[in-house]
Amino acid sequence: MLGANKEVMNVLLGKMISPSLPRHRQRLHRWSTTLATDAANKIASIWSHVPPAPEDAILGLTLAYEADSHPLKVNLGVGAYRDDDGAPVVLPSVREAERRLLQSRLGMEYLPVAGDARFRYNALRMALCSLDDDSAREAYGTFHESQLPPAATVQTLSGTGALRLAAEFLRRFAPRTDSAASTSTSPSVVCLPQPTWSNHPSVFRDAGLPTMSYRYYDGQRRTVDIDGMLHDLVYRAPPHSVVLLHACAHNPTGTDLNRQQWQRVLEVFAERRRDLLALFDMAYQGFATGDADRDAAAVRSFVRALSAGGEHGCAGRVLLAQSFSKNFGVYGHRVGALTLFTEDDAAAAAVESQLKLIARPMYSNPPLHGARLVNTVLEDAALTQQWRQDVRQMADRIRQMRAQLRQLLEASLPTQNHHPSTWSPITDQVGMFCYSGLQPEQVDRLRREFHVYLTRDGRISMAGVTRANVAYLAHALATVTDPKT
Amino acid sequence: MDLGNGVAPVGAPVTSTSATTSVFASVPEAPQDPILGLNELFREDPSPHKVNLGVGAYRTDENRPYVLGVVKRIEQEMAADTATVHEYLPIEGWPEFRRLSAHLVFGADAPALREERVVTLQSLSGTGSLRVVAEFLAHFYRPGTVCCIPQPTWGNHKNIFPRAGLPVREYRYYDDANRGLDYDGMVEDLEAAPTGSIVVLHACAHNPTGADPDMQQWQGVLEVVRRRRHFPLFDCAYQGFASGSFERDAAAIRLFAAATPPLEMAVTQSFAKNMGLYGERVGALHVVCAEAAVTRAVMSQLKQVARAMYSSPPGHGAAIVTRVLRDPALFAEWETEVQVMSGRIMRMRRELHQALQENGTPGNWGHVLTQIGMFSFTGLSASQCLYLRERYYIYMTSNGRISMAGLTSDKVRYLADAMKDAVLHAGKDGGSGGMAPKI
Repeated sequence: MLGANKEVMNVLLGKMISPSLPRHRQRLHRWSTTLATDAANKIASIWSHVPPAPEDAILGLTLAYEADSHPLKVNLGVGAYRDDDGAPVVLPSVREAERRLLQSRLGMEYLPVAGDARFRYNALRMALCSLDDDSAREAYGTFHESQLPPAATVQTLSGTGALRLAAEFLRRFAPRTDSAASTSTSPSVVCLPQPTWSNHPSVFRDAGLPTMSYRYYDGQRRTVDIDGMLHDLVYRAPPHSVVLLHACAHNPTGTDLNRQQWQRVLEVFAERRRDLLALFDMAYQGFATGDADRDAAAVRSFVRALSAGGEHGCAGRVLLAQSFSKNFGVYGHRVGALTLFTEDDAAAAAVESQLKLIARPMYSNPPLHGARLVNTVLEDAALTQQWRQDVRQMADRIRQMRAQLRQLLEASLPTQNHHPSTWSPITDQVGMFCYSGLQPEQVDRLRREFHVYLTRDGRISMAGVTRANVAYLAHALATVTDPKT
Repeated sequence: MDLGNGVAPVGAPVTSTSATTSVFASVPEAPQDPILGLNELFREDPSPHKVNLGVGAYRTDENRPYVLGVVKRIEQEMAADTATVHEYLPIEGWPEFRRLSAHLVFGADAPALREERVVTLQSLSGTGSLRVVAEFLAHFYRPGTVCCIPQPTWGNHKNIFPRAGLPVREYRYYDDANRGLDYDGMVEDLEAAPTGSIVVLHACAHNPTGADPDMQQWQGVLEVVRRRRHFPLFDCAYQGFASGSFERDAAAIRLFAAATPPLEMAVTQSFAKNMGLYGERVGALHVVCAEAAVTRAVMSQLKQVARAMYSSPPGHGAAIVTRVLRDPALFAEWETEVQVMSGRIMRMRRELHQALQENGTPGNWGHVLTQIGMFSFTGLSASQCLYLRERYYIYMTSNGRISMAGLTSDKVRYLADAMKDAVLHAGKDGGSGGMAPKI
C-alpha cells in the first residue's frame, strides 16, 4: 500500500476528493475584479485577463505557405506523409479495410473505457511480435505470441493520449523520490531528450509532472551524444525518474541510437542505481526503416531485459506509448495504445483498472473507427502483408528523397566549397524528419528568397520533398549555406 | 538545460526496491464501474425474460442498437469517395463542424453568434468537452471557485471536475416526494452558493431523473444566476432526443445565451445520442463570451488544453455530423429519425403509465409521463430494485432509474406487473437483502 497517499486511499474508498490545484500549475493570470464591474458601463468579460497562448509554430508556417502564391513554393513543415505528387495518402491496406468494415455493418456503440479488446491485443502484438513468419526476426528480440509478458494495454487517443494517460498514472502511482527526513513526496521527474517533440513538455506539465532534459543530440558532430546521455541518466536523473525514449526515428533530429548504444542505455536501467523507468514513445514503427521489427528492436530488448522473468528481474520498468497515426496513415482517427509491463496478470488487472479511472473523466471511452481499421488490417494475413508493403513504400520514398537531395547537394560542391561530409546527415538520419543544422537566419532566407518553408530549428519534413521539387530545394539549401552568397 | 521546475534534488544513490517487487506492485485495484457491473450481470443472466433497463444507449422496439439510416448512407458515401483522406484535424476541429454545431445549439441567427462572441472547440463528445472546459476554468477562472452540480446528476460529473482541479458541491434538484424538480430547493441553494460559482445545468432530459424545469422555472434560474453572477455550464447531451424538437430542447440554453447584457457561459454538446454516434466520440464545447475581443485568447488557451491531452480530435464522427448539418435534405432526414427515437421513448412512457394504472399498482405514477428523455426515476427503493432483479430478471440501477430506451412494447406489461409486485411485497426497507453489490 502506498500508505500516506491520500488520493489513493480515497479512490479505494470510492470517495471524491476536492484537490487543490497542483502547486506546479503556474498562474498565468491575476484574478481581477471584473465581476464587480457595473453592468451598465462597458461590458467586461471575465476572460479579459486571459493571455493569448503562443501560436503553434507549425500552424503559422502552414498558413504562411498557403498564403504564398509563388509557383515554386515548398512546404517542409508538413507532419504527415505525402506522396510524390505532394498529396496525402490513404494506404491501400487501409482503404481495403475501410471497404470491408462498411460491409460488416458494425454498430456504433460505446467501446469499453479501456478500448476495443481486440485492438488492445493487436497493438501489443504489433509492438512485440513479428507480423510475418520469418525466423530471422529473432534478431530483433521478437516475442512469440504465446509468450507475451504480463502487461496492461489500453486503447488511447493516439500517441499524445497514451503519453497523457501514462503521465497521469505515473503522477499517482510511480514510486516517489522520497526524502527520509520529510513527509512530502515529490512526483517522479520525467527526463526528456534534448531536443524532443515540441508537445512533450506540455503533456507532462499539464499532468503535474516536473520535467528535465538529458543530453541527446550533439549539434556539432550531428550524432547522438551518447556519453552525455549516459552521464545524465546515471548522475543527473533523480531516483525513480521516468526517462522518455524515442523508440525509433527521433523527432526532430532523425538521429537514433545504434544497437550498441541502446545496449549501453539498457545497462543503466538494469543496473538499478537510480531505479529509472523507461517510457518509450513509438510513433514510427515501420515508418522509420520500412521494417516494423527492426524499428521495435529497442523496445523489445528493454521489455525482455526488464520484465518479469527477465534477466534483471525487475518488472514494471517499461512503459510503451504507441501511435498508429503515421505508420497506418490514420492521423485524424486518433489511434494509439498505452502498455505498462507488470510483474504478473494480477498487477496488470489492477493497473488497467486505474488507467480506466483516469480515462473515464477525460473522454469516457476512445473512438471506434480507427481502431477497427487497424484491427481489420492486422487480423488478416493478406492485408497485413499489404500493409507491410505500404509502409515500406513510404519509408523507401523518403529514403530516395534523402539520397537524391544529398546527391544534388554534393554535386554542387565544386562550386560551393563545402566539406563533403556536411550533407551526410541527410542520409544518416531516419524517418520523416531531417535536422538540417540550418541556423534561424538561414531558415528565414529560405523562406524569403526561395519560398521554402520549414521551422526555425532547421527541421525539414522529408515528406514535403518530391522528385519535382528536390532539385530546387537542393539549389536553395546550397545557396543559403554557402558563405559566399 | 532544465525544462521544468521542482526538480527533486539528486541525493546519494538510493537503496533500490526489492529485486522481485514490481514498481507497480502496490497499485490497488480500483472499484468496478457500477453500471458496467450491472451490464455484466445482465449478460450472464440466462433467463429468457430478462430486461436491461440500465442501458445508456437507444434501443429499437426489437431491442437492437440503432445506426441511423442517414448515418449509414453517409458512411457509405465517404468510403466510396476517393477524395476522403485521414489527415489530422486542426486542434480545435474543423471550421465547418464548429460553425454548424454552434448553429444547431444556439440557432443560426443567435445574437451571440452574429456578434462573434462564441468560441467553439470540436471535442471528444460530452465528456471531452466537459474536461476541457473544466481544465480551462481551473486555470483561468477565480481560484477556489466551486462547481455546483445537481443532486443527483450523471455519475461522471463527480469525477471530471475534481480531476481538473475544481471542487464540487451539490445543489438540491430532485424532490423525492413528488418525483419531480425541487425548484425551490434548487433556487435556494444557487442563491446560497458563493458569488461567481460555476453552475452545471442539464439543458434537457436530466440524467438520471428526467425532471426538467419548465420555461418559467428556467427564467427563475436565470435570475438567480444573474444576481449571484454565477457561471452557467450547460451539459447538452440530448438535443432533439428529449422532445423531438431541436429548438425546444435548446430553449433553456437559448434563453440564457440571449440574455442582455450578455451572460458569459459555456455549453458542452454531444452527438452521441441524437445522432447515434456514441463510440465515435463527437461533440463540441462552446464558450459564450461577453465580447468578441476575448475570443481569440480564450480559443488559444482551450487549444493548449486539448493539445496536451489528445492533440487533435477524431474526424470520422465529425465528418458525418458536418454532412448532415450542412445539407437541408439530410438534416430533415435526421430530424425525422430523431423524432422516431424520441417518439418511441414517449410511447413507452405512455404504455408503462397505462399498464401501471390498469393493473392497479399502488401509488401515483404520473411522473413516468412527465419526466423527459431516456431516463426515469421511478421512485422504487433499492430493495425493490433488487427484488425486481432477483425475481423478474429486470435490471436497473439501485437508485430506481430506468432507461426507457431499454424498454420494448413486449416487456411493458411484464415490467408493470413486476413493479406492482415489488411495491406491494418488497417495501421500502424490506426486500430480499441479497448478496448483490449496491449499484
